[in-house]
Amino acid sequence: MTILPVAGKSGPFTHAPNSVQQTMNTVLLALLPALVFNAYLFGWPGIFLFSVTVFACVLIEAGCLFLAGQPVGATLSDFSAVLTGTLLAMSLPPWAPWWIGGLGAVFAIALAKHAYGGLGQNVFNPAMVARVALLISFPVAMTAWVVPHPLFSASAPTFHESIAITFGGGLPDTVSAASALGYVKTELSRGIPVSESMKRVPDLMDMAMGYRAGSLGETSMIFILIGGLFLIFRGIISWHIPVGLMGSLFLMATLFHTINPDRFTSGVFHLMSGASFLGAFFIATDYVTSPVSNLGKLIFGIGCGVLTWVIRTFAGYPEGMAFSVLLMNAMTLIIDQYTRPRVFGRTRSGQPLSHKEKSP
Amino acid sequence: MKLFPVRGGIHPDYRKGETSEKPIVSLPMPATLYVPLQQHIGVSAEPLVAAGDRVLKGQRIAGNQGSLSIPQHAPTSGTIRSVGEITAPHPSGLPQSTIILEPDGKDEWAELPPPIDDPLSADPNLIRKRVAESGIVGMGGAAFPSAVKLNLGLQYKLRILLVNGAECEPYLTCDDRVMRERADEIVDGARIMAHALGVPRIIVAIEENKPQAIEIMTKAANGLLEVVPVPVQYPMGSERHLAQAITGRETPARGLTADIGVVVHNVSTACAVHQAVRHGRPLIARVLTVSGRAVREPKNIETLIGTEVTELIEFCGGLKEPPICLVNGGPMMGQPLPGLKVPVVKGMSGILALAASEVNQGPERPCIRCGSCVTICPLGLVPVELAAFIRKEQLDHAAALGLRDCVSCGSCSWVCPSRIPLVHYFNYAKGALNAKDRDRNKVERVKTMAEAHALRVAKAALAKQQRTPKATAARAE
Repeated sequence: MTILPVAGKSGPFTHAPNSVQQTMNTVLLALLPALVFNAYLFGWPGIFLFSVTVFACVLIEAGCLFLAGQPVGATLSDFSAVLTGTLLAMSLPPWAPWWIGGLGAVFAIALAKHAYGGLGQNVFNPAMVARVALLISFPVAMTAWVVPHPLFSASAPTFHESIAITFGGGLPDTVSAASALGYVKTELSRGIPVSESMKRVPDLMDMAMGYRAGSLGETSMIFILIGGLFLIFRGIISWHIPVGLMGSLFLMATLFHTINPDRFTSGVFHLMSGASFLGAFFIATDYVTSPVSNLGKLIFGIGCGVLTWVIRTFAGYPEGMAFSVLLMNAMTLIIDQYTRPRVFGRTRSGQPLSHKEKSP
Repeated sequence: MKLFPVRGGIHPDYRKGETSEKPIVSLPMPATLYVPLQQHIGVSAEPLVAAGDRVLKGQRIAGNQGSLSIPQHAPTSGTIRSVGEITAPHPSGLPQSTIILEPDGKDEWAELPPPIDDPLSADPNLIRKRVAESGIVGMGGAAFPSAVKLNLGLQYKLRILLVNGAECEPYLTCDDRVMRERADEIVDGARIMAHALGVPRIIVAIEENKPQAIEIMTKAANGLLEVVPVPVQYPMGSERHLAQAITGRETPARGLTADIGVVVHNVSTACAVHQAVRHGRPLIARVLTVSGRAVREPKNIETLIGTEVTELIEFCGGLKEPPICLVNGGPMMGQPLPGLKVPVVKGMSGILALAASEVNQGPERPCIRCGSCVTICPLGLVPVELAAFIRKEQLDHAAALGLRDCVSCGSCSWVCPSRIPLVHYFNYAKGALNAKDRDRNKVERVKTMAEAHALRVAKAALAKQQRTPKATAARAE
């Protein structure tokens, strides 16, 4: 019988049942509950925007791969462009016009990913690069939040109205609303203390469920949490970044809220608003742009949490997750250098252990 | 017994059920035996026979050259056909000096050295000498001359003889079967080795996925040895990691487990020592596992050293489909075989003919920096970073990050979702660095010799000069 040994192949001759595609699919699966719920909350305009964004990301990925002379079909099938598109769409105002999604896809895929060499080579999180670029370039469109208009409810726009919102003239003036973080910040700048303005933001239960103004995918804390725990359970992400991020955000906010409740919002409020949960479980945990060791991940998470609080509290923008993730992305390789595990049989400084020291 | 945690590790699909319940069977006498002169780490053996010689079973047919070398013995009686070159059981497929023996079917024993009386109180030197003369090597796969390891008691203060029955490689069940069927021999061999080493304590470590072996060994140990179940976690059978699990101490980098007072020997090696000391029989046969989905009927086979692998496969009913690869050893650390026309050697613990359906191959994709390789590396290395340096030929950077500490267990390659052949990079880089070191040593040696030569020439010239006036004067007289 003829033997067909694999030429030049070295061991191991077995492999874990995993792949890049499977990893991306698991993350998409984890996002699904939140996506479905937010599609319900924000209705047809949200569904249109999501579809346009994901489609544009895949299209631009295909174009970039073609230009780079890389296999188009094989690379598209890893679903990383779909995931980037999904995360980008989830960070956009739900009723934003279609070109926001399309332009965001150019920023995310062409500039943030393929300009650096494609999958695995980018320094910054593509979805967050796109979100920040859009926010700075089109501040009005990117802060036109709406309160949820659930599908099939009386307030929901019809299918035709929805087409007009996404592809036509844009948002009707009357529906625009501020996000809780934005509202508190604006009120604070008018001299109204936090303790007063907090009375007019949605209550915590509504915030947790997602009945509040915010990005397309970030508002439903509960479903994001379920998806995030699923990822930890499946071993796709570790607990280090989510715990580091949310823990430090909560601690910073609680500490300052205790000191001066009129100036600083509470820890719970910070966790419940903006992109805290989406960022902690799905954005900051992006493999490519976060550190590789567990200690590095923890430091990265803490950095993101602290910066988010600082930006939300002191900077010009009410939301800080995207900025803080990008800032920490820039630190990733440096964190990696200082958080290598200790090598077996060596001291932290790399010298072989002296067995006399370790004698019991 | 309290065990200590070991960093990282993986849980591959073990597939030991294919052969774990199959008792060891003996292979019928092959038509021809091929005994390579180099079956071990160290210097090759020197042939003592020539074509046409008749040899008896157990007769020395090749002598060791120095202490880091082993002799080879005739696996059965017969006639030497030739001392020639055949393909080695090595991925290179290069030819190797081999003694080719045609069995006469009589299986007639040569006169063996007498059993050592009461080996547990005999002179340790006597035991070490017998082990060396019997051609015994580490049978877990490393094939390091065992007698050299039994000498460690002379240089180190040893506390524990760790008998390695972990068998953490998937598929392999030969150690499991040996423990179940030859427990008394292992216990005796281990006690003899402990005596030779001068260690007071013997621990047999067995992975928890072999409950019958644990039970039988515990019974056979009868309190003389401690049998310790260890967690199922690849690479638990790596001697450094096993020693850490048992003692909680880390072997210093670039050092030996003897540095922490531990010597590790495989269970099958203990069996071979028992045979050599109690019966005078040299190592001429071993048990190995033949498995993989391409094999019709996987088995645990006891076979003579020098048997062609193709005979083992035939004995297992042949191949039922063309294998995608042939492996010498387990699937994690085993080496690809160049073909089936290679002989069984002393360090061969398994032959795997793997079908495409179980290898789970896939195309290599770009690294997504998931960090899995960092989390699971049992040595605490950062494979993703090492590979990046090696790809750019920055081998010195990789070495500074601990490349040479890598034990090539393959866990990183196994876990990588992008299927990057990480361990392949590391093996390449280690080889390239060693070659560089050798070249540097050679240059330095040439330099030293050239300097010494220049010095001698200068001295000679000086001496001549000093002699010359006298000689001239003498001639003048």
